[in-house]
Amino acid sequence: MVWRLVLRRTLLGLLTLLVVSILVFFATHVLPGNAANAVLGQSATPKRVEVLEAQLELNRPVVDQYLSWLGNLLTGHLGHSLSGDTLTGGGGQPVWELISPKLVNSAILVFLSGLIGSVLGVLLGILATLRRESWFDRITSVGALTVTALPEFIVAVVLVILFATGGLQILPAVSTLPPGTYAWSEPELLVLPVATLVIVIVPYIFRMTRAAMTEALESDYVEMAKLNGVPTWRINLFHALPNIVPPVIQVIGLNFLYLAGGIVLVEFVFNYPGIGQGLVSSITQRDIPVIQVIVVILAAFYVAMNIVTDVIALLASPRRRVAR
Amino acid sequence: MAAPRAKSAAALRRSGWPATLWAAARTPRGAIGLTLTLFVVAVAALGPLLAPHSGEQFVTTPFAPPSVAPPLGGDVLGRDVLSRVLEGGWTLLPVAFAATAFGVVVGAAAGISAAYLRGRADGLIMRSVDVLLAFPQLVLVLLLLSIVGPKLWLIIIAVGLAHAPQVARVLRAATLDVSERDYVKAVELQGVRPFKVMTKEILPNLTTPLMVESGLRLTYSIVIIAGLSFLGFGQSPNIPNWGTMVNENRIGLETNPWAVIVPGLLIVLFAIGTNTFTDAIARVAIGVERRPQELAEVGDPDEEPWLEALV
Amino acid sequence: MSPDPAGARTEAPVDAAAAVRLRVSDLEVGLRHSGADIVSEASFSVAAGEVLGLVGESGSGKTTIGLALLGHARRGVEIRGGRVELDGVDLLELSPSRLREVRGARVSYVPQDPSSALSPARRIGSQLHEMLKVHPGAVADPEQRISEVLREVRLSDDPAFLHRYPHQLSGGEQQRVGLAMAFICRPSLIVLDEPTTGLDVTTQRHVLETIRSLCGSYGVAAVYVSHDLAVVSGLVSEVAVLYAGRIIELGATASVFGSPLHPYTRGLLAAVPSPERAHVLVGIEGQPPRPGRRPVGCSFANRCPLATDQCRQAPPPPSERAGRLVRCYRAGEGEREPSTPVSAIANLAEGSAEVLAVRGLDAAYGDVTVLSDLTLGVGEERCLAVIGESGSGKTTLARCIVGMHSNWTGTISYRGAELAHSARDRDLETLRRIQYVFQNPYTSLNPRKTVGQILAQPLRHYFDLAAAEREARIARVLEETSLGPEFAPRYPDELSGGERQRVAIARALIVEPDVLVCDEVTSALDVSVQAAIVELLRRLQRERRLAMIFVTHNLALVRGIAQGAVVFREGRIVDAGRVDDVLEHPRDPYTIRLMADVPRLEAVG
Repeated sequence: MVWRLVLRRTLLGLLTLLVVSILVFFATHVLPGNAANAVLGQSATPKRVEVLEAQLELNRPVVDQYLSWLGNLLTGHLGHSLSGDTLTGGGGQPVWELISPKLVNSAILVFLSGLIGSVLGVLLGILATLRRESWFDRITSVGALTVTALPEFIVAVVLVILFATGGLQILPAVSTLPPGTYAWSEPELLVLPVATLVIVIVPYIFRMTRAAMTEALESDYVEMAKLNGVPTWRINLFHALPNIVPPVIQVIGLNFLYLAGGIVLVEFVFNYPGIGQGLVSSITQRDIPVIQVIVVILAAFYVAMNIVTDVIALLASPRRRVAR
Repeated sequence: MAAPRAKSAAALRRSGWPATLWAAARTPRGAIGLTLTLFVVAVAALGPLLAPHSGEQFVTTPFAPPSVAPPLGGDVLGRDVLSRVLEGGWTLLPVAFAATAFGVVVGAAAGISAAYLRGRADGLIMRSVDVLLAFPQLVLVLLLLSIVGPKLWLIIIAVGLAHAPQVARVLRAATLDVSERDYVKAVELQGVRPFKVMTKEILPNLTTPLMVESGLRLTYSIVIIAGLSFLGFGQSPNIPNWGTMVNENRIGLETNPWAVIVPGLLIVLFAIGTNTFTDAIARVAIGVERRPQELAEVGDPDEEPWLEALV
Repeated sequence: MSPDPAGARTEAPVDAAAAVRLRVSDLEVGLRHSGADIVSEASFSVAAGEVLGLVGESGSGKTTIGLALLGHARRGVEIRGGRVELDGVDLLELSPSRLREVRGARVSYVPQDPSSALSPARRIGSQLHEMLKVHPGAVADPEQRISEVLREVRLSDDPAFLHRYPHQLSGGEQQRVGLAMAFICRPSLIVLDEPTTGLDVTTQRHVLETIRSLCGSYGVAAVYVSHDLAVVSGLVSEVAVLYAGRIIELGATASVFGSPLHPYTRGLLAAVPSPERAHVLVGIEGQPPRPGRRPVGCSFANRCPLATDQCRQAPPPPSERAGRLVRCYRAGEGEREPSTPVSAIANLAEGSAEVLAVRGLDAAYGDVTVLSDLTLGVGEERCLAVIGESGSGKTTLARCIVGMHSNWTGTISYRGAELAHSARDRDLETLRRIQYVFQNPYTSLNPRKTVGQILAQPLRHYFDLAAAEREARIARVLEETSLGPEFAPRYPDELSGGERQRVAIARALIVEPDVLVCDEVTSALDVSVQAAIVELLRRLQRERRLAMIFVTHNLALVRGIAQGAVVFREGRIVDAGRVDDVLEHPRDPYTIRLMADVPRLEAVG
């Protein structure tokens, strides 16, 4: 049952990725007339356009271009960046070299924030439900409602004002790293970006946990356990908790997916060298090969994450896991 | 009093969305949310009339601290922060509203049709939704903008398109539920055409998810559009815009923080306002909607306590 | 049903006081915020080895009392006063931790819906073990006790069974697990809250037998909460009838059911259909007042044929009469109307022309066959009862006929013309001629439309009428269904279940059909309302000369309304013929068993 689900989801996921790759390729490469013109903009001279067109292989049929691009992508040939030397006609940095350290940095950011945010959100959610209608519950619920609405860049700027430039000047306002180093070499750079993302995702996870836990505690089986004289701690731990795992896993998965997009603004604010910031600058510079690769990586993350959360949620739910 | 409350809940349920909005506005949460929203809308709408200067005019030194003349000081180029704040909502809010409307309409149409028509239509629509969801919202918008350039209509379509898949998913689930109800079957049995079934029987029972989704998407629209401006992908940087202001003025935080705080605060107040009001709608509506269904399923309802427990 | 006052007196509660285990006195339960009362002045007692039946219709407060016996009240509800003494100890006075120790060990509860009351994420064995773990000292050897109790409730005690999750069990098995959990600690009192609702009659009989034997062998006092008078009559020695939160009649079962004193009890009994005889079912008009809206006087006064001014001024105090307690100023007054025998069969010429014919019907959901090789027909102005338990395929048949389910082969023809599989492919005239009434009136009316709009919709669809004519027809059909034109502007959620079902029937009849397919139309309704709806349908069928298919799981219902009957089992017809033949001389073993297992009110008399 589990394997059938994994297989089905994987196939659908691959299909999704295929469509995504087509869309990305055509959107960036073909649609707006001539990509070479788009890249060079005002400074386009016929000579330069020709060079770039050759580099981008724009003179071949569209489908051919796509297929060879896809083939290269699948075999790990990600091509070269257009930024930097491109204007002088020389080849840029290989895309993989450019992206891989950013990918690592972003992964650290996403998983660290995701982990901290999930633990915090779930714990607060459970505590609030167990103390339903207490001050703690009210304050956390209203707080969550308020924070949910906050744009991440505002949270980031507020944190900068509080901890870097204004009040306490104890943390760096920007997280610029020397090239070739990774985020773990200077952990204090991670504090504000991670804090921003945690603040943004905790309310979602909190609210879902609280809703799921409330539903479980109001269920017939919890009432029955009370009538059977089962102690409260046992009810919470063995009757309510197992049943909130599937929805909570789902919302944690959703938040990891959100983080994949949320890093764009946060990395931009802190100038953190990840793929989010890389995406913004490659879009500004119209560095098409880099844009394509980053977007496909993000889509692959979406597909993979969906499969993982579905499988975990399935395993955690006997009703769905075990046939009648 | 349980009995009168039950009565008003029933009344609410049938008189549809205006009554629900009104009821939501009268809850403490809803009142706060609506007040915040309307305050920011008022600033955005009336601001341009009240602005002492043009937002593009240079009136003082860069990051001049607040004083009598420019009450909120100067921005990164020495323009009047107050004027730019007053003008900066007019470029932001209508775009957010339009994008929300576009996203909700497209998403709802897709979700409702997918759920009601089932089969291939469902498969096709939901696969497209999956493809769109594979792009993080902001990335999708950035991508579209980078292709065509920062056009106003494109921002509306791109942000709307980023919302549509989420709306489609929610409305699909809601429609699946409603379309299984016997009152829909009863009309289908007369051979009524699917379009009419969807619009006359199903749609009126989807007002709650529609209202809640619209509210949520409005909140996220403002967040995304402000974020776009913040990244410099909004409309022209000369045009005052709260999102742009936060970004361009944050290098001067130490000399004139107001140039960041005031526009940032307005964005935040609007987002919190819409979100809080939406939450109030959801709370009011759930209390209303769950009741009859529950009644039908419970053999011995002893229903009044249950109703009371909700509120 | 011969009333026997002398016999009744010997079984009266007062005499049984010697071995009383549970004594409830002046129990008051109400809503926390509004202060409305749900249960008032409830007093009764139960002796060891005895079962007390607590009967009442929806909203009467029977479940609330059942839960209060364990010192429990749902959210928003509070127990305001009174005593619940179990072996002399008042449970309502206990500290929370003492109460927890008592619950499950000394007093236990069997819920109405076992499928939602068992933790879905835990195995059966672990839930049984938990009971013994949280009540240490209740039994000596947990493993042995679990095996023992499982055998007692007639479940397997092998490890594979204990290893299952609740959703892997059938409804009957789930309820037996519920019973096992209730009995495992050998309690003194057990509260059973409609434990057989939703089970088919054979399973129900087996579960009831188990309950009866366990209560006897454990010497436990039991309170059996139910809306089903027939079930209660066969199980309990004493019965308390609840109305609007008050016990209005309490006494030995035989005497209460044999010679009811309270007008409500009488009304209730007159509404219960019998599988043995066809008699006119008499419903009780109106509906019980809700908590918070109960009148100053007797709650039943506004529905009572005997009510006087005195009844409306103050609630009648409990008085003892013929060994029973009854709350009525006019208890026992007035004639108890003898039940009127009817025969749906009489006065009908044999062999009317077939209006609807089903030949060789096979139907499936996906790969699962639900109906196989079905052949039946309904004649002009005839009513055919389709009887079957849940899962027998009877609803599928109804849905095939009206075109809601289209995955079938064979032929269904209306006046000789074959019908298309799906309603979508049928012409307007055919669609109009065959109308369908849904089971659940709480889901079959669009909550966003008024009754008038609901009735206007099919009129607009099928006919091209002037607005005035539409109004007139709506008013007429509302009269016909005993609602009246004042219902047109109301919304479904302002209506009671019975009124909703009348609207649903009106919606079907307003387009002047020939054939009416009624799918379990009374199963979501209380018995007093059910009676009224069945009578309405019987009258309308005659007046409008309808051919009718009456689908039901309730054998007893069909006698008064149908001429022919077919019995379904697993998608096949196992018995068919005239309704009296099928019910009185069933040929198929299944029908014989079904007739034997159906609970009967008459068993008392």
